[in-house]
This record gives sequence, structure tokens and C-alpha cells, in this order.
Amino acid sequence: MKTELQDIFNRLKASGLSSEREERLAREFEGEREHRLPGPQLKAPPLPGLYDAGDLTEIQAMAEPQGSYTTRLRSLDELLERDRLREEDGFPRKIRIGKLIKPGKGGKEKFVVVPTTVEEKLIHDRVPTPPEEEEPMGGAGEGEEGEVIGEQPVRPEKEGGAGTAGHGEGEGHELESTAYDLGRILTERFNLPNLKEKGKKSSLSHYTYDLTDRNRGFGQILEKKQTLRRIIETNINLGTIDDVSDIDTTRLLIDPRDRVYRILSRELEYESQALVFFVRDYSGSMEGKATEVVCSQHVLIYSWLLYQFARQVESRFILHDNDAREVPDFYTYYNLRVAGGTRVAAALRLVNEIVEKESLARDYNIYVFHGTDGDDWDTNGEETIPELRRMLTYANRVGITIAEHTYGSSGNTEVERYLKKSGLLEERPELLRLDVMGEDADEARVIEGIRRLIS
Amino acid sequence: MELIDQHTKSIMEGCKERARDAGLRFSDETLEYIVTNRDMLELHPKVMIPTLYDYWVHDVEVLKEKGKYELYPYNPYETVINTRPPISFYNDNNPDWLNVMIFYHVLAHIDFFQNNLFFRHTWEYDLTGKALADKRLIARLRSEHGRWVDYVIEFARSIDNLVGYFDDLSGHFREERPRFSRRLDYYFDVFLQSVKRVKTAAYVKEIERYNQCLRDNPGLGEETFFADVVVKHPEFEAVYLKSLTGKKAKRLDLLQFIMEHSEFLNRDENRWMKGVLEVVRSTSVYFQPQIRTKIMNEGWASYWHETLFLTDERIAGHEVDFARVHSGVTSLPRVGLNPYAIGMRLFRQIEEMADKGRISLDFQRLADIDSRKNFDRSTGTGRDFIFAVRENLCDFTFLSTFVDQDFVDRHGLFVAGKRLDRERMRWQFYVKSRKAEAYREMLLDALYHPPKIEIDANKGGGEYLYLNHVFEGKPLVLDFIANSLMGIEYLWGGPVKLETSVAGLPPPEEAVKTTREEEKKIHWRRFVYTMENRTLSKTVL
Repeated sequence: MKTELQDIFNRLKASGLSSEREERLAREFEGEREHRLPGPQLKAPPLPGLYDAGDLTEIQAMAEPQGSYTTRLRSLDELLERDRLREEDGFPRKIRIGKLIKPGKGGKEKFVVVPTTVEEKLIHDRVPTPPEEEEPMGGAGEGEEGEVIGEQPVRPEKEGGAGTAGHGEGEGHELESTAYDLGRILTERFNLPNLKEKGKKSSLSHYTYDLTDRNRGFGQILEKKQTLRRIIETNINLGTIDDVSDIDTTRLLIDPRDRVYRILSRELEYESQALVFFVRDYSGSMEGKATEVVCSQHVLIYSWLLYQFARQVESRFILHDNDAREVPDFYTYYNLRVAGGTRVAAALRLVNEIVEKESLARDYNIYVFHGTDGDDWDTNGEETIPELRRMLTYANRVGITIAEHTYGSSGNTEVERYLKKSGLLEERPELLRLDVMGEDADEARVIEGIRRLIS
Repeated sequence: MELIDQHTKSIMEGCKERARDAGLRFSDETLEYIVTNRDMLELHPKVMIPTLYDYWVHDVEVLKEKGKYELYPYNPYETVINTRPPISFYNDNNPDWLNVMIFYHVLAHIDFFQNNLFFRHTWEYDLTGKALADKRLIARLRSEHGRWVDYVIEFARSIDNLVGYFDDLSGHFREERPRFSRRLDYYFDVFLQSVKRVKTAAYVKEIERYNQCLRDNPGLGEETFFADVVVKHPEFEAVYLKSLTGKKAKRLDLLQFIMEHSEFLNRDENRWMKGVLEVVRSTSVYFQPQIRTKIMNEGWASYWHETLFLTDERIAGHEVDFARVHSGVTSLPRVGLNPYAIGMRLFRQIEEMADKGRISLDFQRLADIDSRKNFDRSTGTGRDFIFAVRENLCDFTFLSTFVDQDFVDRHGLFVAGKRLDRERMRWQFYVKSRKAEAYREMLLDALYHPPKIEIDANKGGGEYLYLNHVFEGKPLVLDFIANSLMGIEYLWGGPVKLETSVAGLPPPEEAVKTTREEEKKIHWRRFVYTMENRTLSKTVL
């Protein structure tokens, strides 16, 4: 792997590289990095700090007050209305959606979508600590300097033995149901566009019940006009009506079967079905924030599509560095660590191959979302652009997100450059979208990005 | 919310007598309320001030994960608030003996509020009354200007942690008539230090020369002194006179500066906003000392509830109950910080040292460990000394002056490190250091400290409001910059720039050959954030 990368690197170098770019590329495969799953969450539960204690809680043992669920729900609507007005007044929205980004593998965390807000001020942040160390704090008691005095598991211990299959399924479902709620909030509250129905429909064994059928004699809702017509018909046949222009309603006879009702009936539903490819660059340069931005955007997109397609969404996860691979679940997709070089074309090719081999284009609305920091060893997109063209022949939408590094200059990444040069963005604006943001983009920006990708 | 019953009130009055006899000083009247969970729900977002102005964020679940205490530096679960009369809050089912303990605790807090000089600016008025007036003002404005009032509150609150609290406070200690002549102040404070930039030794020599002149000639000492000065620095008179003409501008914090200089706010139709800004600012200034004296305040209160409870004959028989609650409140956690525990132990140690006459040059000079151990002058001034400490210090000076190796050793304190054991996926706590310097540094680092943000009138070019974040080793929370600056832009009525330091990966040109060691180094770079037309951009300096 290493030597292979070195070969490509040397070839690129021979073809001429600016020194700055050469260093950037060289840095990507330096060091001992490899793709692997991290020990899930490295954030430890907090310990008591200086300002955590108060007299009421400490001495009088009063619990923190908890608002009831109903008061919170009531304020929710007012809150969202207020938020809508904010936007009208030209200020960014302030209600945020609860963090649900970190799906634990078989973990116990619950994801509850509670809108919250934060009062932003100019305040000090912590000084960044080395990744596997946290800020020092106070301690008291025995122990030599350097001695380990206690431990805390990184994640809470799991109950019982290994999770059964049913157990695992339940959790997946839980993620999905909150993601669905999140999708609803995204659509309704953040005015994300509703999806246009596209031609392909596939019949599903899915029924709804509706009052569309008519029935004589009994039913749920009386159809007055139809009923009246039948009564008149019957009475003309009986000869009780002499002059049609002058009907004496008191003399009409009514047959029970004259009554026409609407009746609840089973309907076969036709629905669109979506297949989403999430493609993420996990090369060495994606370290840190860039990955976070891309992943959180992909979670949000996933949620939104889940809502739009009433849960009829299938998703496939592709990771790529120099080569591409498919991973089974979102957890792996989200958590695999970065390493290696970057070749966007490999990922697109893999998507194209999957679609062709499984002939997915016939049955699905296909969406491809690709997140990258814009680095590509394929400087001019010679390999990438043809793959992209192929993809545009079947995809409903290809959305490319570039999370730019803060240290680079803006708008100057390889991916952005060759995309713009290819003219595809203007040629197929309904199919291909590009969004470029800084790697330190906040949630509002990320949501705005989704709007750009899918509107 | 209702007042405590007469029986409990009489216990309180008994506590007051005993506390006064012990030397605590506080106002006669106090108000004690019983609070329920429901009351707490309404009170705690309002900093326990029942009359604070309404603001929608108070009714919402607020995310505080980031910089909780930097954002909300008022203690939301404090039992007593610094009002006139002081108000305190109680659970409705406390037994009498527990109430005695809490009452002593509360009385010591009140004594602290009313005597510690960092609260000086809160002594002249009653916050509940003022807050009520403010609340009515804001309600009236809201009826006229609708939700725009809330925007102004929001934007003002986004910078209310940057209020010039110390500038306000120092105004209360300025003497009516200066002790020294203006010329003399100028010579020593400005001329020698900023114009001439003399070395410390030369500076001290000048002071000595001045004192000598006074001794030689009590009547005309100063004239003699300046006669020599003019010989040595012929330009002095001119510079001094020039300094008198340039009227020294009062130092303004960001909110004050905006109120005074923003064209937008000073338009007739926007003038009402200044009222809102003033409310937000004065409320913030009022609460500033609270968080800066947390350790001292809790330590002082714990010291006194322990001292007074044990000598109170009314609670005989409840010593064990007391011990259980008291030790829970003031125990040193194995890992973590407890302000009650540290503050109380430090006050006890200071009292003991003063009693033995150890807070003195003689003791400091002693190098012999045995002599230090046995040093005891039996001055008996410990009590007086801790009363002086509670009057004059804040947490920063308290900790940096009195946390020494003796204190750290005596209570087995240490700096606890925390690192990841990747093999076993566990966090490991370990003893990082038992040195007093390290412990003190860790404590000081944990103290509340808002960023210092100055207005640079020269750099804005008349077009921008230019804010300079004076970097003190900690970055700003970057996520909050956009909305904070947007608020400032709105209030200022024009574009705003903020200069600050940001940590990042080393940029490619600096990272040609990084070794593993160097990778760990943080690279701080100065950036300028610009907020213009509600969009944020960022450039590297």
C-alpha cells in the first residue's frame, strides 16, 4: 500500500507539481496512519469542577428542577414561530436541533430530538489538549507522583452478555425513528425543499385506507347529491313524479338502497423509493473538522431523505482514499479513521459499478452525496470527470460537498477547479450540485449546504 | 413562594445574635422564603432574582455544554442572593438543626457580600427593586417595539461578559482629593515609566531622592525635587503641560462604547435601545463579583457554619447529623474540585498561621526546617487576619497568595492528570504533580476569566469597529464568534472586525518536516474576523 502510494506520488511529481502541493500530498501518506475504527467516544463523563456546586444542591439536597414534558412542548411551538420571524427579520435562526450525530454501535445512548438554543458570547475556550489526554484537575489523597489512582471505562459497561440479533435491530430502528423526526423538523422548520416526485414508481405491498369508494345502502359518509339523484330516478320509475320541473318532495318514496355512501376501503399505494450513496473521503488530509462537517451533513441528509420517502430509503456507504470500499453501516462509515492518499475517481467508479451490477437504476431514485476536503491526486480530474458523467446518466442528484481546510486559500481545491472547468455544473444543474464551505462551518451553514445540494 | 414560619424565623434571629457576637457584620433585616421545585424552575434561569426582566431564552432548554460557567457566571443554585434585605431560599422540610447550620452558612454569605470590597458597587441599592423597575421598562418597550426588544436584549447579552467591572469598581475607591500633586503623579506614573522607560533601579533611586528632598526640606521639598528634574530632563515641563491639555478619555467597555459612539443607537428612533443596553449592562456588572469570589465565599460560609454550629447549645444532640452533612459538603473529592473544601481549609490554615505569627517577614526568611516547624509567636491575631482577608481579597489573590506547599502537603492535594489507556479503553487518573506551583496553576487556570477585548480606535480606519482580543493563552469559542459579531454589528450600525488567535494545524509551508514532538505543539495564528452585512469572513494576519 505504502509503496504503491509512493509510486503514484513519484509519478505525479515527475509530471510537475508546485512545491506547496507536493508537501501537502507528501503529508497525506506520512506517518503510521491506517483506517481503523476508533475507540468510540473518547469524551469522559465530567467530574465536579469549581463552579458546579451551589448551596441549594449541596447543603439542602435540592434536585435540579425538571420542567415537565408538556410545558416544553408548548413552548416549542412558540419557539419555532419566533424562529421563523427571526429569519424574516434577517437574523439567522437560533433554534438548534439536538445532537444525534454519534450513533454508538450497540451502545445505549438514546437520541432525542429536542430543539435547544444557545446564547453565544465571546468567551474563552479550552486550550486544545493532546488527543488522548484531558485537562488536569484537582485531586486529594494518597499516591506517588505518576501513580495511577483510578480508572473509568470510556463507555459505560453494557448490560448482560453479547447483544442478540433482535437487540441490535431494535437499536437500528431507534436511530431511524429519531432520524425520521429530525427529517421532519428539517423539512418543516428549516424549509428544506420537498422532493419532486420523479417518474419511476415501484409497486410495494403497502396499503392505505381511504374513503374513496362508493357503496349503496351503508357506509361512513352520505353522498347527498348521488343519493338525491337515485331517489329521483326511483320515483320517476314509480311514476310518482309528474312534472320534473315541479317536484313535491313530500310525496317521494325512498328505497333504502337509494342511499349512496362513501366507504372506507383498502388502496394499494405506489411510492417512490430512494437509494442513497454516501461517499466520503477518508484520506489522510481529512483529519479532524473536515470529516466532522461531512459526516454531520450526511446524517442530516439521510434524515431528510428518510422523511421525504416515508422511510423507503436504502443507503449504501462508500469510503475512499486511494481506493474505494463499501462499508456495511453508518457507524463504520462515520467512525473509520482517516489515512492514505486521495483518488475521488475510485469512489465514483465503485458507485457506478454497484449500480450497474445490481441494475439499481431501474427501480430506484438514486442520490449520490460525496463529501471531501477537495484534495485529489488526480489533479485535473482526468479520471474523475468521465466517471461523473457516467453517473449523471442515471442519478437523480449528485451532491458534492467540499469542506475546505482553514489554512488553504478559498476556492482553490483540485475538486472544485476541475469540476468548474468541466462545465458539468452549468450543463446539468438539475443533476449536479456543488457546495463549498469551510471545515469550521456551523450547523446552520451545514443545513444551508443541504439546501444547496438538494433544492 | 412563602416566608418561613415564625418558629423557624426565631431560630434565624437566634443565629444572628450568635453570629454577631462572633464578629460577623450584616444588616438586621433578612427575608427567608420556602421554595418548591416549581418555584425553582422559574427562579433559576433568572439567577434567583424573582423580579428580573423576562426574556424568552429563560423559558427554553439552553445548551450549556460549552463554557457553561463562562456563559452563565451567576450561581444558579445559590441559597442567598445579594439584595437589600438579603433573600435566602429553603427547602420546606428541613429539620430545625439543619436550618441552624444553613442559617449560619447564609449569614456568613451575607457578611461576605456586605463587607468584601469586590462587592463595593452593590452596597448602595437594592437589586430586587432595581430589577423590578428594569423589568417594567422592558415590558413597556416590548409593548411598543415588539420582538425587536428581544433582539436588542440578545445582542447586548452576547457581550455582557465583557463589561468593565474593575473599571467601575475602581471608581468607588478613588479619593476625593489626590494625595500627591498632579505633577508628581505624572512624573512617577507616566513620565518615568512610559516616556523615559527607566530601569527599576533608577526608578527606585528617584523615589529615594524625592523622599530625601522631603526630609531635607519639609516645606519646599517638592520644588527642590523638580528643580533637579528640569535640569536633568529639560523637556519635562513641556511634556507635562501637554499631557494636561489632552483630556484623558474615560476607559469604556464595549457596551459603553457602543452606547456612546454608535450613530445607529443615537438616532432618535433607536434611542430606546440604549435603555435596554443599560439594563443588561448594569445587571451584569452587579453579578460580576459573585463568581470571582466563589471559593472564598463558600469557604468563609463553611468556616462559620462549622465554628458557630458546634458552639450553639440549641442543637445539642445533633452533632452526628451535623457531622454527616458537613463532611459531605466540605469533603475533598479524590478527583475534582470542591470550592467549599478548599476555601474552608485555606481559611483555617491562614488563621492558624496568623495566630502563630507566621504571616511575617521573619517567618519567610527562615530556612531551617525545624525552626519553621516550631515557629510560634502566639500573636492571637488569626481571627482578625481572616476578617481582613475576607474584606480585601478575591479568589485569584486568595489562591495565589495562600496556596503553598504546606497547604498542599497537609491535605494531600495533587494535580490529577487524565489520560487514555487505549489498550483497555479506559481513562486513567494519575497523580501528575504534588508541587504547590503546579496545584496553584491548575486552580488559577480553572477560575472564571472572561476574554479581554479592547476597542482599537486607530485600526478601524473610521469605517470599522475594530476589536482586539488580547491573547492570554486561551482561544475564543469559535462557534460563537459569528452570532456575537452579528449582534455587535447591529448595535454598532456598521461593520465590525475582531482580531484573535486561532489554533490550527501548522500550515503546509511551516510543516515541511514535522517530527512527532513538534506535531504536538499548538500553532497560534492571528486572524481577523470581519462581520459585514451579517456575513462573516476571516483572513489571516
